[in-house]
Amino acid sequence: MAITATVNGKPVSFTGEPDTPLLWAVREELGLTGTKFGCGIAACGACSVHVDGELVRSCSLPVSEVAGKAVTTIEGLKGADGTLHAVQQAWIDIQVPQCGYCQSGQIMAAVALIKRAGKPSHDQIDEVMTNLCRCGTYPRIREAILKATGQAAEKAPSAAMGDA
Amino acid sequence: MGVKRRAFLIGGAAVIGGGIFALQYGDYAARRDGLALTKRDKAGSFTGWLRIGEDDRVTLYSPHIDMGTGNATALAQLAADELDADWDKMTVEQAPADEAFANAWLGKGFIGDVAKGSAVLGLVPHSIYSLMARKLVGQITGGSSATRFTGQQGFRVLAASARAALVDEAAARLGVAAGELTTARGIVTHAKSGKSLRYGELAVAAAKRDLNPEPKLKAAGDLVYIGKPVPRIDVPSKVDGSAKYGIDFALPDMRVATVMAAPSRGGKLESVDAAPALAIKGVEKVVKFDNAVAVVARGYWAALTGLRALDPKFGDGGHGGVNTKAMYAEQEKLVKDKAGAFDAKGGKLVELSYRAPFLHHMMMEPFALTAHHKDGKLQVWGGMQDPLATRKAAAQAAGLSQDDVMFHPMLLGGGFGRKLPGENAVIEQVVKLAMESPWPVKVIWPREEEVRHGTYRPQTAMTLKASLGTDGKVSSWQSTCAQDAQLEAGMAPLYAFPAIEQNHAKHKSNIAVASWRSVEASQHGFFHESFIDELAHAAGADPLEFRKRHLAAGSRAARVLDAAAKASGWGSPLPQGTGRGIAVVESFGTVCAHVVQVSLRDNGYPRVEKVWAAVDCGQVVNPLNAEAQVMGGIVMGLSAAIHEEITVDKGAVVQSSFPDYPLLTLAETPEIAIEFVQSDAPMGGLGEPGLPPAAPALANALFAATGKRVRQLPIRDQAKA
Repeated sequence: MAITATVNGKPVSFTGEPDTPLLWAVREELGLTGTKFGCGIAACGACSVHVDGELVRSCSLPVSEVAGKAVTTIEGLKGADGTLHAVQQAWIDIQVPQCGYCQSGQIMAAVALIKRAGKPSHDQIDEVMTNLCRCGTYPRIREAILKATGQAAEKAPSAAMGDA
Repeated sequence: MGVKRRAFLIGGAAVIGGGIFALQYGDYAARRDGLALTKRDKAGSFTGWLRIGEDDRVTLYSPHIDMGTGNATALAQLAADELDADWDKMTVEQAPADEAFANAWLGKGFIGDVAKGSAVLGLVPHSIYSLMARKLVGQITGGSSATRFTGQQGFRVLAASARAALVDEAAARLGVAAGELTTARGIVTHAKSGKSLRYGELAVAAAKRDLNPEPKLKAAGDLVYIGKPVPRIDVPSKVDGSAKYGIDFALPDMRVATVMAAPSRGGKLESVDAAPALAIKGVEKVVKFDNAVAVVARGYWAALTGLRALDPKFGDGGHGGVNTKAMYAEQEKLVKDKAGAFDAKGGKLVELSYRAPFLHHMMMEPFALTAHHKDGKLQVWGGMQDPLATRKAAAQAAGLSQDDVMFHPMLLGGGFGRKLPGENAVIEQVVKLAMESPWPVKVIWPREEEVRHGTYRPQTAMTLKASLGTDGKVSSWQSTCAQDAQLEAGMAPLYAFPAIEQNHAKHKSNIAVASWRSVEASQHGFFHESFIDELAHAAGADPLEFRKRHLAAGSRAARVLDAAAKASGWGSPLPQGTGRGIAVVESFGTVCAHVVQVSLRDNGYPRVEKVWAAVDCGQVVNPLNAEAQVMGGIVMGLSAAIHEEITVDKGAVVQSSFPDYPLLTLAETPEIAIEFVQSDAPMGGLGEPGLPPAAPALANALFAATGKRVRQLPIRDQAKA
């Protein structure tokens, strides 16, 4: 029997096996490939999405668990008019992504953190932002979260050229 | 400005119209038209491409893939500057995987580097150099090479020549001297008459003019885009989920397969009962390979469920006795036998031994390739660091002519050397599955398969010996290492010691090795910079001052050491239990020094408090992205130094995923301050050089903080009281 849910504000029905992880249901059934596969055991966070507003690692959540619930993926973060979410905009302003593969999950985690904490402290960022990034973008992830929440000191690009 | 990754056919409509500029390096002859783009011309494979459309749009066809380093933006900056182009009209397209688009600038750059002399020779990533030396045809992204070779020596020169041709064409049309014309933002202007012509109006005719292969490049003061913090063109697509990586590719009716290979590399598949997998809903077939089994299904989850239901029997290939402890013992015996006599020449002998483990690249996107065989033609899609080599490997695996195979390069979710040509198991698997299937097939490796069947940074044992003279300087230095690496000897010391001897022994095992971000410099940087620190201690000298004793005053290494030290407050008092360490490594034409400040966590692991880096890479093309590359190198270097180790038991890799191969987390990441020193040195690479000093600077800082030396990586809690 199909599982019905809301994904990015639209009603959908999943027709695959109910034990299929939400990750593969959104990627393969809905074609929403912004949510990434990294490990399949909820260890890396590349697959992070929101279910009823809560941060979830979708590789380890059977799609049957989202029946009747509202799922938001990275593709659903923009406003109806296409305006980027403040966190996405901060990610561009701070130039966070390198390979970019983990960044959908990082952004979903940051949005959930800000929703909960408002202006998160350094310790709260440390505690919640456990998604892995191999390119080493962590310092800019922190900076972008601070910027998105109005906590960043305005500064010029820090790699200023000039006197050694 | 946009980036497009649309595959296109050579000779297709995409290249009709507009002017196409190409410089041929093979004989320095200027090409008269867009031959390389419109016709397969295998003899003329040393070309690079820049196209100006009649709509003024400037398109670069980049031979480099994007694995996260921002090279597309840097290449566009270099070309746009010399062309005096309008930034908003620049486009970078991925060149097809074809020999006509092989990257000659890369080979030329590496060989040029080598030709400069022995000081550089040891720093060239040998794996890449040997490929280039064998055949100057490749499309590699690696060796921190895209910007400094393809950009600086390729697109920048080509763009300057194209600009001159546009000016000459405008001069002819306006009947004025070329010297009276100026260019800016894609327009040629004659100030005296007030007349102007757009590049798009001039391009077709200008591209037929002879191009000067050695144009005058802009002086530093005239640069418009180079050296500016231009936002990366790929970033917007990486914050909204729209960027398409290899794993994201899909075709109608596509099936998904996943794979399990013999845990012991070299082992064969002995038997497998397919029935349990075929009983899973959605599973369509079980395919046996020589050393692996694959399950093909309607989707990844069904394929994985099917794979897990199997109980394949694998042989160990005769490698059942291989384990990490035995390998280190073998390597250390080789080192002992190889080292030979060392004459301390009356000085004080210092001798120490080091170990560095196998490392996995742990790129976030596991291998995923899609292939489709139809009407005798094979197409393959995915993210690989050398599209051309991937196409060749696919043709070989399919038993088809290369002309009947096309590879479509896509974004990589990280590479770090893992997706260079070499071990081609995943290519062979996807090709075999596609060749025997009526539908397209995507192969996705589970993370566990990726970790256990990687191509690892070599495990290395090293013994270093040096004598300290009465003048407080090193009088002779001997290194002896054993490892399975293309550049067995490791790397030459950065310092001007009077006598240097480098010995090495090959140690082979069934574990596959490959380039890992910064290649030899990653482990040998640790050995050298740890040992020099111990020598400083033995000489009773400050580690910074001791290093500088062996460096020419004002040298690149001395300058970055001073800059990092100054930024860190080197020498100022620190709380008890906190220490600073310093290290400097040259790699890929860039010299990089780090100071690390560290204390210990309750569990005995290092708490890295702050890192100060100073970098001399010559001209910085994009300071914003340059900083990101060095920062990423530092984070990956600290991650490996503190946590990472691949071990082997019974011939098989023990680790399988992030819980047993942990990476540095955001919470563990220190504040990082990076300074680029002003330099006239030739442009160096940036994707890798930020990494090597991290491990030795950290280990040296731990010694300053705790009095304990760590000589075997990873550090973990070895400095615990």
